[in-house]
Amino acid sequence: MTGRTYVLGASLALCLAGTALSAAPAAAQESIYVPLLTYRTGPFAGSGIPIADGMADYLRMLNERDGGIGGVKLVVEECETGYDTKKGVECYESVKGKNPVVVNPYSTGITLQLIPKAAVDKIPILSMSYGLSASADGNTFPWVFIPPVTYWDGASVFIQHVAQTEGGFDKLKGKTIGLIHLDAPYGKEPIPVLEKLAQTYGFTLKLYPIAAQDMQNQSSTWLNIRRDRPNWIYIQGWGAMNPTAVKEAAKNNFPMDHLVGVWFAGGDDDARGGGDQAKGYKALNYHQAGTDFQALKDIQKFIVDKGLSKAPKDKVGENLYNRGVYNSMLIAEGIANAQKITGKKAVAPEDVRRGLEAMNITEARLKELGLEGFGSTVKLSCEDHSGHNKVFIHQWDGAKWVKASDWIAPQKDVVRPMLEASAKEYAASNAGWPKRTEPCEKSS
Amino acid sequence: MSATEAREPPMRLTATGWTLVALAAAVALLVVASLSGLIAKGHPLDTLFVDPFRQMVDAPDLLVQTIWEGLVSGVLYALIALGFVLIFKASGVFNFAQGIMVVFAALTLVGLHEMGVPALLALVLAVGVMFVLAVGVERFVLRPLVNQPDIILFMATFGITYVLIGLGELVFGGNPKQMIDEQLFLPKGAIELKMLGGFVSLQKIDIAAAVIAAAMIAALAFFFQHTRIGRALRAVADSHKAALSVGISLNQIWVIVWFTAGVVALVTGIMWGARSDVSFALSTIALKALPVLILGGFTSVPGAIVGGLIIGVGEKIGEFYWGPLVGGGIESWLAYFIALAFLLFRPQGLFGEKIIERI
Repeated sequence: MTGRTYVLGASLALCLAGTALSAAPAAAQESIYVPLLTYRTGPFAGSGIPIADGMADYLRMLNERDGGIGGVKLVVEECETGYDTKKGVECYESVKGKNPVVVNPYSTGITLQLIPKAAVDKIPILSMSYGLSASADGNTFPWVFIPPVTYWDGASVFIQHVAQTEGGFDKLKGKTIGLIHLDAPYGKEPIPVLEKLAQTYGFTLKLYPIAAQDMQNQSSTWLNIRRDRPNWIYIQGWGAMNPTAVKEAAKNNFPMDHLVGVWFAGGDDDARGGGDQAKGYKALNYHQAGTDFQALKDIQKFIVDKGLSKAPKDKVGENLYNRGVYNSMLIAEGIANAQKITGKKAVAPEDVRRGLEAMNITEARLKELGLEGFGSTVKLSCEDHSGHNKVFIHQWDGAKWVKASDWIAPQKDVVRPMLEASAKEYAASNAGWPKRTEPCEKSS
Repeated sequence: MSATEAREPPMRLTATGWTLVALAAAVALLVVASLSGLIAKGHPLDTLFVDPFRQMVDAPDLLVQTIWEGLVSGVLYALIALGFVLIFKASGVFNFAQGIMVVFAALTLVGLHEMGVPALLALVLAVGVMFVLAVGVERFVLRPLVNQPDIILFMATFGITYVLIGLGELVFGGNPKQMIDEQLFLPKGAIELKMLGGFVSLQKIDIAAAVIAAAMIAALAFFFQHTRIGRALRAVADSHKAALSVGISLNQIWVIVWFTAGVVALVTGIMWGARSDVSFALSTIALKALPVLILGGFTSVPGAIVGGLIIGVGEKIGEFYWGPLVGGGIESWLAYFIALAFLLFRPQGLFGEKIIERI
């Protein structure tokens, strides 16, 4: 027994030592600490791994190529959430003390938990195109950012795409449009907008919720689809739910080009599972796939080829990998802006909040970053923390994603008032929600 | 839920029987009332009790399709439940790790193939890995814990779960993989049967799943009924001490049982992996075995099979015909509901042994 106790003690000591070691670099002076809440394990790892790789690789590439941002090295540290809200909040608590300049929760559930903490802890949250759509209202949520689009924008773009394909908004009348969604806060996000648009344009909205434990067991959902015969289907799914839906659609002879996923249902692995029959499957997106961009080439040169990346070589440039790159580009821009505004090098979280608010990534800026034509331009402001930027339709050609439409602007006139009303409601239902005290930048 | 009722084993017309008769009479009465116009279409009673049956009659092809999908899911649930039952019978442990064994087995198969091993060799190797796992579990988990309370063994299976998750991710990575169904000569595509004014589409892979599962269950039944090891297993299930006293090696039986459960897990993993993909999310499918076990009893192989089919068909019919009334997505809890409804009438499960403990 004593032997076992000894082993137990030794492993505990090792664990403690490990924690101490990993904390050490964060405490070093003149560095910027960027924690990444990622998930490489659990049921959603399939979507989480490529994103985590893309995020980490871009930031490390900046360290290797440019010596960090503005000459200050970035300390990038991942914390494993397993896409589990409880673990995610624990991650947040564990990184909070290390002066993180921005937190990326990478889960809508975790984001919802962190939103009330952000204003108290004065740490900005960057929930890139996920999280609470209402947090696009910067007046209510000064510490939360949701660029370049919200799920509500996405739903409105999907309906525009349907209208374009069908030959006009008047053709939507009498059509049936289905939403297959994960039965969780994330999956339910687009429902209010779709309901509103259904009223406006006279189509019928059918909801097909899928419980997390039935993600890979969708046959009854697809029987319902066979009965209801929706003309179009929008997928707000995640992880193993997406490839299963694509496979079921193929099985049920649902026309693939009428099946459109939100950007998070547009992973390479999501479509690949459907084999040849998945050809034509569509997904919304705001950035390109592939490695035909200077910044991606730099990642290959400085990180991947040197064996510093966790990603297999052939996965670099896949859709979700590039999603991570885009996310880190936003982080880096926030930090760079903060340095510009404050003149400081090692910026603090409140500086980065200002930097994110002043975000203005134009075509020219993208070119400077080595990402010409890579993704949506982003302009944020004091009031608008999302920007409602443009999105396009990606289509699976059997082997890779290709751009299949022009850039489509979300219906801001529909979405924005709904978002603001929803933000007001959120503030009202959370008694004592703080009023914004942070001043707006003059020239943002 | 008429289809599930029909599967009830024969029993005397006791209070249970009378309740069912009364229920059936009430439904029939409602149907008559609705047909004669007493209850208008759209009336809540009509929507709840009559309209679903009207839909079944109006589109019989969809009913057949629903039942087929239910049967296929049911066979797979039965396979998972079988893994639980085998281990529970032999070691009295509820094996929490059964779900992750499904993932681990499938992951080993696909992972080895990814590393360049030919598919059939990978299959053999995966079976081998399950054997090593069985030996390992017996040697390092069960043997040191023999004679401990059952709850200790149960907790140990939690440990096995996390070891397998960690090991699987370490060796093969956490990203989802495609099942190598084609390389394993599993059929692809569908057979479309024109019938009843519509069509019923049967996926060949589902047919294969049903056939393979049935063959496997038959083989297992034969093995455990008619061989020396099978008799020894049943002796162990009855009493560890009595089995030991007549010279049965508990260790050997445990290895065999865990190995068999591992092979069952591999087959389940292949079949379910082919329906979606091989990722750690598959382990949640194993939760589906819980209502099956509640229904079929923890110790009964036929219970697992019949229970699986009842749950499979019941939940699909429930989801398809009644789900839309409450916004869908009901099948995850409906399975438990069906199981509990059965338990009201047969507390020991469908084929479970009636335990009478006298004070």
